[in-house]
Amino acid sequence: MRMLVHQLAYEQRTFWRSREAAVFIFIFPLLLYALLGSVYSDEIEIDGVGVPSADVLLAGLFGYGAANTAFGGLAIILVGRRELGILKRLRSTPLPPATYLAAVLVSTLAIFALQAVALVLLGTFAFDASAPANWLGFAGAVVLGVACFAGLGVGAASLIRSAEGVSAVVNVVLLPMAFVSGSFGPREDYPAFLNAIADVLPLTYFLDIVNGVYLEGDSLFADPRALGVVAAWGAVGLAIALRSFSWMPRER
Amino acid sequence: MSDAIVVRDLRKSYDGVEALRGVSFEVQVGEVFGLLGPNGAGKTTTVEILEGYRRRDGGEVTVLGHDPAAAPRALRERIGVVLQQSELNPLLTVREVHQMFAGYYARPRSVDDVIELVGLAEKREARVKTLSGGQKRRLDLGVALVGDPDLVFLDEPTTGFDPAARRSAWEMIRVLRSLGKTILLTTHYLDEAHQLADRVAVIQTGRIVSLGTPSDLIGDAQRVEVRFVRDGEPIVIATDDPTQTLHELTSEALASGRRLQQLEVRRPTLEDVYLELVGRDEEDAE
Repeated sequence: MRMLVHQLAYEQRTFWRSREAAVFIFIFPLLLYALLGSVYSDEIEIDGVGVPSADVLLAGLFGYGAANTAFGGLAIILVGRRELGILKRLRSTPLPPATYLAAVLVSTLAIFALQAVALVLLGTFAFDASAPANWLGFAGAVVLGVACFAGLGVGAASLIRSAEGVSAVVNVVLLPMAFVSGSFGPREDYPAFLNAIADVLPLTYFLDIVNGVYLEGDSLFADPRALGVVAAWGAVGLAIALRSFSWMPRER
Repeated sequence: MSDAIVVRDLRKSYDGVEALRGVSFEVQVGEVFGLLGPNGAGKTTTVEILEGYRRRDGGEVTVLGHDPAAAPRALRERIGVVLQQSELNPLLTVREVHQMFAGYYARPRSVDDVIELVGLAEKREARVKTLSGGQKRRLDLGVALVGDPDLVFLDEPTTGFDPAARRSAWEMIRVLRSLGKTILLTTHYLDEAHQLADRVAVIQTGRIVSLGTPSDLIGDAQRVEVRFVRDGEPIVIATDDPTQTLHELTSEALASGRRLQQLEVRRPTLEDVYLELVGRDEEDAE
């Protein structure tokens, strides 16, 4: 526990010192919310009910933020450190690997929690967005989102071979997924094939859960099917990681 | 003296290619042991098995009384590792990196003492990314020492250094030795092994071809070379008895009125011995 706190402090210090990480991981979803929030100012119809666009976008970018921070952020951090030999170096010290990974995960959770708060504040003050209807469920969605996408992030890190390629791979996956799943606006008018793709993506189901707790005041566990799909995706990522995660740099 | 490392008949293959074909040696406590060989000879594979990074296919290995394949935490408390290619977090300062690693050990050395020891006191508050190549290697060494290890692995610690940086790295390794640390050093520089190591094992295509003190290695090749040029042809005669050989050669030359041009009598240097060992084995391999 002492070592976990020790490592967590250095993880946080490292993250906030990295301008690339701070901008790409932390600022980017907020920036997108600021832009999209300024463009869409009307109500958006979801299932025949008018919902303020600021609320829809807040939920959408919350989902995108979770995927960006946990999936994108973790994949980039882990592949970068692996290829620099930082992970290899750590393995020769008495620091237990599980403690190290736990510190990296808790650090990611802290970053996304802060981002979620920033999104709510930005929504409230700039766009008159609603406050979460179920605060506890909203907080639970922060943890759920990080858990699912961190699983996928560690899985992706195990498959991506080079540090040069990781940002490109992450964004090629992340931005289309966020678009198709409806992070950047409602997908009611999407063609059928896009919605068919959306129906298998984890972010789609995660957004359903977020909408439930944020707008309807539902419990986090109100939609077991959505919860199941999100958990299953996280488990797939974790299974890949357990099979092929490496502490050693790939041969250069 | 007791042994810090015992390696018996160590074997390792990658995809059916034998990288190590029965390597055996011991490293005594307090000794600087050099593993010398050309690139691809098996030095790094050997060291990475001892460090616990790679599994062996066969043989017995003991490091400070532990089997490194199990990589027990008790062992990791007592070893320091400088990898051939590795970097440390570029955004942390020299002091922060040392503190971060110090936090992993039960009984770390004082961070400021270690920074002083590796000569980075002036760079204490500098971020890692601003350090020069040589300073980064000092940082690597400092981080390896911060847990106050009994045994330090240095994998090619001066590869790519300019001569001045190499001298200062050698100086630091001598300081480690004076602290009583056991050191296993790999290098493909002969002069480095000669300067630093108490004993040297020459490794070539996965086998140890010679093992002993640097002077033993030269002693192995007692023969003296007599070189001269006759009728435009360079001639080399290797002999165990140079007095006799020279006497015969000069008598013959005087009698026939011919001169032994560019006459030279030389003992082999460690370099000659090394090249002979390595060259001989390369021919075997083909």
